[in-house]
Amino acid sequence: MRNTFNITRNIDWITIGIYALMVTIGWINIYAAVYNPEEVKSMFDFSLNSGKQLFWIGTSGIIIVILFVIDYKAYDSLAYVIYWFVILVLLGTLLLASPIKGSRSWLVITETIRLQPAEFAKFATALAVSKFMSSINLQQQNWKDQAKLAALTLLPPAIIILQNETGSALVFAAFTLAFFREGMSPLILIIGAAGVAIFILTLIIPQWYLTGIFTVLMGAYLWFNFYKVKRYLFSFIGVWAVIVAMIFSVNYFIEEVLQTHQQNRIKVLVDPEIDPQGVGWNVRQSKIAIGSGGFQGKGFLEGTQTKFNFVPEQSTDFIFCTVGEEHGWIGSLILISLFVGLLLRIVFIAERQRSVFGRTYGYCVASIIFFHFLVNIGMTIGLAPVVGIPLPFFSYGGSSLWSFTILLFILLAIDAHRKLDLRR
Amino acid sequence: MKYLEDRKYVIQAIFIAIGAVYLIKLFFIQVLDDSYKTAAENNAMRRIIQYPFRGLVYDRDGKLLVENTPVYDLMVVPKEAREIDTLKFCRLVDITLEEYREKIKAAKTYSYVKSSPFLQRLTNHEFAAIQDNLVDFPGFYINARTVRGYPHQSLSHALGYIGEISPRQLEDTSYRGYRQGDYLGVSGLERQYEKFLMGKRGVKFRMVNVNGIEKGAFKDGAYDTLSVAGQNLVSTIDLELQKYAEKMMEGKVGSIVAIEPKTGEVLTLVSAPYYDPSLLTGKELGNNYMKLLNDPVKPLFNRPLMATYPPGSIFKLAQALIAMQEGTLTPNTGYPCNWSLVKCSHRHAHPSNLGIAIEQSCNPYFYQVFRSVVNKGRSRNVYQDAKLGLDIWNNHIKSFGFASQLGIDLPNEKRGLMPNAAFYDKIYGANGWKFPTIYSVSIGQGETGVTPLQMANFAAILANRGFYYTPHIVRSVGEKGKPLPEYSVKHYTSVDPKHFPPVVEGMQRVVESGTARYARLNHIGVVLAGKTGTVQNPHGKDHSVFIAFAPKDDPKIAIAVYVENAGSGAIAAAPMASLIVEKYLTDTITTANRKRWEADMISGAFYKWGN
Repeated sequence: MRNTFNITRNIDWITIGIYALMVTIGWINIYAAVYNPEEVKSMFDFSLNSGKQLFWIGTSGIIIVILFVIDYKAYDSLAYVIYWFVILVLLGTLLLASPIKGSRSWLVITETIRLQPAEFAKFATALAVSKFMSSINLQQQNWKDQAKLAALTLLPPAIIILQNETGSALVFAAFTLAFFREGMSPLILIIGAAGVAIFILTLIIPQWYLTGIFTVLMGAYLWFNFYKVKRYLFSFIGVWAVIVAMIFSVNYFIEEVLQTHQQNRIKVLVDPEIDPQGVGWNVRQSKIAIGSGGFQGKGFLEGTQTKFNFVPEQSTDFIFCTVGEEHGWIGSLILISLFVGLLLRIVFIAERQRSVFGRTYGYCVASIIFFHFLVNIGMTIGLAPVVGIPLPFFSYGGSSLWSFTILLFILLAIDAHRKLDLRR
Repeated sequence: MKYLEDRKYVIQAIFIAIGAVYLIKLFFIQVLDDSYKTAAENNAMRRIIQYPFRGLVYDRDGKLLVENTPVYDLMVVPKEAREIDTLKFCRLVDITLEEYREKIKAAKTYSYVKSSPFLQRLTNHEFAAIQDNLVDFPGFYINARTVRGYPHQSLSHALGYIGEISPRQLEDTSYRGYRQGDYLGVSGLERQYEKFLMGKRGVKFRMVNVNGIEKGAFKDGAYDTLSVAGQNLVSTIDLELQKYAEKMMEGKVGSIVAIEPKTGEVLTLVSAPYYDPSLLTGKELGNNYMKLLNDPVKPLFNRPLMATYPPGSIFKLAQALIAMQEGTLTPNTGYPCNWSLVKCSHRHAHPSNLGIAIEQSCNPYFYQVFRSVVNKGRSRNVYQDAKLGLDIWNNHIKSFGFASQLGIDLPNEKRGLMPNAAFYDKIYGANGWKFPTIYSVSIGQGETGVTPLQMANFAAILANRGFYYTPHIVRSVGEKGKPLPEYSVKHYTSVDPKHFPPVVEGMQRVVESGTARYARLNHIGVVLAGKTGTVQNPHGKDHSVFIAFAPKDDPKIAIAVYVENAGSGAIAAAPMASLIVEKYLTDTITTANRKRWEADMISGAFYKWGN
């Protein structure tokens, strides 16, 4: 009894409050997204996504209670077990599941209830990575440890890619942010950012021109600063070589490796006219829906663009369109504030953990939620490629809501016991 | 490890920065940029125009001239028509599988999810056969609309037709309010009375989903307006008389215009050759129009209003009236039939008065009458004198409605030509001409141009002894509407009414003992006053002209008949006019003799008739 009392006192109610707000607002907007003025159904109607989402919210509540009741030490000690179990399920799904929309990623429980194990791979990997991190020192440049860490992080997305769920796989890139906090060289983040920049440049400028521009720029720099650079001449030439290689490999990657629809999802960022029937149309309609919301929005259930199916996947990946259209910029401000607030709160929670495990896990949670937020909102307003990943706590979907709930509440469970944890 | 803990600031900064970037971007597209709102409206809002019924047109007795007839189009939505029994369907609508595939392909090219016409203008029979079985073929449905319909084949030129608005008209600001694909009056009454006939379009705002399928009214129809049907027109045309006159002109080229002198109402307006007005409706409009346009006899040319001819001898009546007004002629003035001035049509005694001159249609007489007006001695200089005289004459002749548009309520009326001094100065130079240069105007040849409508109006002026009402073809807008005010103004000529009776006497003599004996209506006790004309035609046979009114002392009808290449006025135009007048006054042609004439006129057997 005393233990339980302690836990409730130490639970981070602010995070739970933000979580509750997000889930509720999400649920209301799912109803608005599927609302059909010709055939009005109750928000609780189980044939609507909003009715089903209520089921997922209710079951999430049960999951939360279970997560708090479980001995908090189990997350630490069972991290690898959970990780390998999920890997097995992923492999099993890949091999056994029948494809739905070209993707072997669904576990069908009933007609209406299906689970996507890829969603659960996120928290499992987060646990495993945190566990591993607490046993090594990332700064010490032990390449064996780093390789193990990389393998641990890359195994699930590798299987997920095989399941043809590239979007979910990309999420695992988010772990770099957590690694950065734990001591990974910032160079990797910078190179990553530079890579993204070059990536975008190759979309806009033909590769030979781009190569020419870099060569001329760097050549000019070398010419005027020859004595300064002389010592690093080889590194300098190396950087040049790497950039040129990147330019050509990016181009090769886009044109030869990616499928046409994937190419278009990226190309549409710089050329909205591309693929007007497909992804270009999606992005345009999504922007129209959001843009037509104005400052105050059209009002609850008054949105025409989302309601009449101009926006695809409105209750799942494009749920933000409904918020933007019906609640305008004010609604967007509230939603984005909730996310930034949640992310900052998680960072705060992570930093107050006494264990490396808890802190790393906290950062993993923040990174994953951040990545989803970044890409999901970004794609609806044309700032990120169209990648089919949900908006945490808002998008319709059981797997997504459950997995984010588990992800977040494991952290809160660990956090609630932080004072019992004396290791430092 | 302190420096690693500081990395949390970097991470927090990234979170906040992304949130800020997104909010700024959202502020741009949601608050600053209005184009998305427009795009959203275009997406989800459909303006549906409610086309009103176009107004109908009746003749003076309430018979329908123009109506709206329903036509049925078979429409298809390719997306919904995927799983049908194609063979059975082809058998139902009686097309080959090949044709079916072509049509579906064409429909798909337009839109996969929106409907487009599959078969247009089904006959009633086809419609009935298809309608009942259509339930078996999802994606196909019947769309009913109306096109202009004509219960008869008459009056094509005056009625005109409606057609789709042209791209040039769409850019024209005077056509504001019309949209692409709208129909409007292109010619005739349809064009002249467009603003009454068109009615008022209504508009419905409907919300549509991504497939263009309606999802109910916008704001419960608060912004919707109802359409208002166009107003009906009551025409002055006598359909029976029109049909009769058209029959007369069968296979001929020319015009017949009949006017009720007391009102200016046009009873009959025939332009021959004519065509069936229903050719210019519906989907065959374009093809038929091109056929008519390329026809060498120019059936689309609206001759009564647009053809200008030398009037010929009927013009002598005007010359007499003007000369009497100018005081250079009295009813008792005699002039010799002097062939050295101008050839006369036949040998006859020197006319000792105006009546005989008109009866004999004596060319030298009217040469001298016209000369008396032009060379009145206003100046010693013969050139100057002719100039002054001609301009005075020109003012008089214009008061008869010549050389200007009469103002009939139909488009494209031609003005015609009456020469004045400036006109000849331009041709011959100042002092380059005198009376002998222009003498042929005296007998309605030379530099004169008169439309058949102006000729009929001239007959009406003679009937009214000195004035006319603007000829018009619509009596009122709306069945119970008042007569249009612009057509109840008397226009007097510059010739005093007291000068008209002697000319009318002459016209009576023309019919009784002169050139137009075939036009007599003694057998029904009606005195018809008329004047023949035979217009010299350098390109072929003479044109036959006749103007008349009857009964002489209480005129009910004034008429002008102009038949191209039919020979003298006496053998074609005069008998035709008299038959039409008889038909109008008594509704029938009585004697066997007249019936035989009627047949000859219709068949064009004028050659039996003399010369």
